[in-house]
Amino acid sequence: MLEGAHGNAVRKSMEILVALGEIYGAKRLIPVKSVQISGVSYDNLGDAGLEFLAEMAKDGKVRVKTTLNPAGMDTENWRALGIDPAFARKQDLVLKAFEKMGVDLTCTCTPYFIGNRPGKDQHVAWGESSAVTFANSVLGAKTNKEGGPSTIASALTGRTPEYGLHLDENRQAHFIVKVSAVIDSQMLFGALGHAIGKRADGKIPLIRGIKSATEDQLKSLSASIVTYGGAPMFHVDGITTNQTAVPDQEFEITQKDIDDSIKYMNDGSEPDFIFIGCPHCSLDEIKTIAEILDGKSVRRELWIGVARPIKKAADELGYSGKIEASGAKFACDTCHVVAPLAGRFSCIATDSAKGIFYGRGKNKFRTVFRDMRSCLEMAVK
Amino acid sequence: MKGRKICGGIARGKALVSTEGISFFGGVDPESGVVVEKNHPLEGRSICGSVLVFPKGKGSTVGSYTIYRLKKNGKAPAAIINSECETIIAVGAIISEIPCVDLIDISKIRTGDDILVNANTGDVLRSDEL
Repeated sequence: MLEGAHGNAVRKSMEILVALGEIYGAKRLIPVKSVQISGVSYDNLGDAGLEFLAEMAKDGKVRVKTTLNPAGMDTENWRALGIDPAFARKQDLVLKAFEKMGVDLTCTCTPYFIGNRPGKDQHVAWGESSAVTFANSVLGAKTNKEGGPSTIASALTGRTPEYGLHLDENRQAHFIVKVSAVIDSQMLFGALGHAIGKRADGKIPLIRGIKSATEDQLKSLSASIVTYGGAPMFHVDGITTNQTAVPDQEFEITQKDIDDSIKYMNDGSEPDFIFIGCPHCSLDEIKTIAEILDGKSVRRELWIGVARPIKKAADELGYSGKIEASGAKFACDTCHVVAPLAGRFSCIATDSAKGIFYGRGKNKFRTVFRDMRSCLEMAVK
Repeated sequence: MKGRKICGGIARGKALVSTEGISFFGGVDPESGVVVEKNHPLEGRSICGSVLVFPKGKGSTVGSYTIYRLKKNGKAPAAIINSECETIIAVGAIISEIPCVDLIDISKIRTGDDILVNANTGDVLRSDEL
């Protein structure tokens, strides 16, 4: 493959993987079960990224199941979300290049809800930090946090260099976090992720003191902990699936730490934009949103981020009708992190700690951090 | 000096040395090749055609695509020399076909030195050594 017998895209892919393997001391390339490609929004790629994709699509075809990160717009409903037609044309070219490579064009940061769900100990090559963290920690799959080009390289070759989190010795906890605060909502799991992440220095925690956690709450923790500085992996005692040796170092997360994290994430008061679904909503979350919005009218811009297949299921189950009747908008395939939104709104409210970080950094929004119900109540007030 | 090949190729140019890491995404303007990161040692300097010497990459992995964009705009460095290459620069150099060598003691290179990089063998030579 490295010699070019399988074409130019495969040769370039192998060069990328071999170089990464050499830098990190990998002994070999290993097969991967699936790939999640990051770097899909035209807002992040620009014309050069698009050109690279077009080049790779000339003779590159995916060898394993491959899904895409969110794009810069809802691919069907972009007009209703106020996306510029010039942007939409470019985004469409990005997706066409992926289509030519044979990629599944569902754009989501929660591929594990739509059939790209690796099992325990399966090796994958995923981009999208929240999905990587969820795959490693909750599913027990094994992946490093890949960048856009290396995910494409793995998709076109079906391989990844064996280093980092592919090796059990690198998946052990480095420190214990004793949680004495009560953590029982997605928002609070997000706040916990911030409180741990900022102290983690890229290392893996063993979290103790959590009595129960839903998959949606672990999704929220996965997104937050890696956004704010943790490794793309964690252990929760009694809840997550991986085994780890018990480290010596320990610190405590108290109610005050959680309160401080919540305070840190609030610097606005009057949101003109409300986003739920970072990472993209599960069907359970859509059901809850439908119950809360049923019979109400939305008075501020409210987007619900979701993978299209989940939205389709919600259509069938009657959830979507209730949500859309309220005036809320589904944002399939996209989210406020990757859509071109800078300048369109001034203050975002969300229940996502990760969403707060990118709302500030990329879009320069002020931020309001509340649980889902409060966010939705703000939207209808 | 001899380092490690990250991306093969041969190039010659004037060294442009940064004592700090470079974030290509947001730190270098892909249209002009000028470093725009505030308070960076190379702020305001063009990296176009240089043998760009810096410790290592930093910032977003989107930086690999920024390097590619520089190449397509004719504003890329002729070669890259790092103390320790990481994934953003390695992947950026490979997809852009920019000769790149790491594991070099960059303190021995001064801005303006005439440098020949043979990334195929990992050799980095100053013109006074040729």
